[in-house]
Amino acid sequence: MRRRKLEELFFRSLMVLSTVIVGGSFFLIVGTIFYKGAPYMNLDMITKIPGGGFYIGKEGGVLNAIIGSIYVAGGATVLGLLISIPVAIFINMYMDGKKFLSNTLRMAYDVLFGIPSIVYGAFGFLIMVYFGIRASLLGGIIAVTLLVIPILVRTLDEVIRTVPGELRDAALSLGATRWETAKVVLRQIRPGIFTAILLSFGRAVGDVASVMFTAGFSDNIPTSLHQPAATLPLAIFFQLGSAVDEVQGRGYASALILTIIVLIITILAELLIKKFSKFRN
Amino acid sequence: MFKFLTLTTSSTFTTSTTTMQLRLLKDKILAKLMLVLTLASVSLLLVIGIGLYYKSIPLLQRLSWGTLLTSGVWKPLKGLFGFYPFIMGTLWVTGIAIIIALPLSLLTSLYIVEYAPARVKRALSPFVNLLSGIPPVIFGVWGVLFIIPLIQKYIAPHFVEYSTGYSVLAGGIVLAVMIFPLIVSIISEVLRTIPQELKDASLSLGATKWETIKKVVLRKALPGIIAATVLAISRAFGETIAVLMVCGNNAVVPHSVFDTGYPLPALIANNYGEMLSIPLYDSALMFAALLLFIIILLFNIISRVILARLERKLAV
Repeated sequence: MRRRKLEELFFRSLMVLSTVIVGGSFFLIVGTIFYKGAPYMNLDMITKIPGGGFYIGKEGGVLNAIIGSIYVAGGATVLGLLISIPVAIFINMYMDGKKFLSNTLRMAYDVLFGIPSIVYGAFGFLIMVYFGIRASLLGGIIAVTLLVIPILVRTLDEVIRTVPGELRDAALSLGATRWETAKVVLRQIRPGIFTAILLSFGRAVGDVASVMFTAGFSDNIPTSLHQPAATLPLAIFFQLGSAVDEVQGRGYASALILTIIVLIITILAELLIKKFSKFRN
Repeated sequence: MFKFLTLTTSSTFTTSTTTMQLRLLKDKILAKLMLVLTLASVSLLLVIGIGLYYKSIPLLQRLSWGTLLTSGVWKPLKGLFGFYPFIMGTLWVTGIAIIIALPLSLLTSLYIVEYAPARVKRALSPFVNLLSGIPPVIFGVWGVLFIIPLIQKYIAPHFVEYSTGYSVLAGGIVLAVMIFPLIVSIISEVLRTIPQELKDASLSLGATKWETIKKVVLRKALPGIIAATVLAISRAFGETIAVLMVCGNNAVVPHSVFDTGYPLPALIANNYGEMLSIPLYDSALMFAALLLFIIILLFNIISRVILARLERKLAV
């Protein structure tokens, strides 16, 4: 009996220890980035584009990359929504009685979600070569759109499924067509759509493997879809590879900026999900 | 007067049928449009594979699958493309990541689901989501700033004479942290589906909580744990930028955890600049992407089928 109690105690402590490690790793990462990035942080970083000699440690900031990332992630999320909302509606409202098919479709999007961004990047590059598009904002948006479609579809699908069946039945029985019913459902899930937008934007803004072939890099803020665009994660990667301490330091500061952006987005999404699930109950 | 009445009623009747027809037509057109969008986006699974294969053909005409996968010589300028070192690099890094992440994540999920008081549970779950939201490049920066010095100064000196810290071990540790949230969230979900009656039966027979977990819960959850592991492996396989930053990137097969490695995704990301200037190089990189795609596709399908089956069993 004593041995069994001891075993219980042993494994219980192991579990607590593991939980501390897993939960603590978040603080360790964010803490490290803050500790190393904060000393190099200043207003220039977020208000200026790289000046002459930026890459040997002279003045400037990463505004070009911040704006570039927002353009790419924003464009991809908008394009992705235009595709994903109809897909999510189709799976949920137009496939009644075809449960096997709709579940297979859901699984296909789950699998697409698992395809790594480097593969989307390589494929996006193929599309660009095929259509003769050079590395540009447009190319980056295309590749990242492919990356976020599965996230958007699966999130929207989960949200639509939380809408009570009675609501749909009521609309349908009043003589509404499926599309008119879908409009009612869409209004109902508005907070869920915001959550999907945040999740997609958060993933898109932080991804690098999909944009490194496709968006290119530039010290200027792009003014058209056909100009190359810098992205924040890629700027971090380049700066860290520098041999100049000052440039590396600014890489840490850029990492801090990206971390803060993504944390804000994730926390907002968390809050929305919580509010939404309260709504449901 | 009567005639007038019948006229108006009949005209309203016809307008209402036309609006009705219009509404139905709109519904039908939109249905077709949605079907097209759905088919187009889901067919990406096929199109990506075909596109990458098509681009790999020039390489496959020169060298057979066997040579490509088993040769260790990587000399693009001489037209020699052996992927063996990169495949081994990927396997080492992924293996280390799973060995570290699986036990920790499993114990964490067990604690969260079976032991933790509701208050602790509520406090913990956001951190798992926050961790999964951190971008890969930030994990890479953290690896460079924290894990590399840790290995170089404190871990490696106990085992080998000298290490810069850039190693498959560093890649494995960084990847392990990256896949924590994925494994924890899937296993927790699976654990929550195990019926309380089963646990009660075991507890009422005098088993301790740990014995119940060991003999009942884990056995019941095994398929889910396997699915989570397979999914985590495929995630680790495709992770690019973080491993690129910490693995050292030498096209040599690693023989110890302190050796450098060069995983497949890092190969693709690191060389896209030169790929159009050397013959067959672009084809070789697209072949690397194809390899990743095929392996990850298979692993994903396997784990999703297991998970879907679990879900269905539960619904019955």
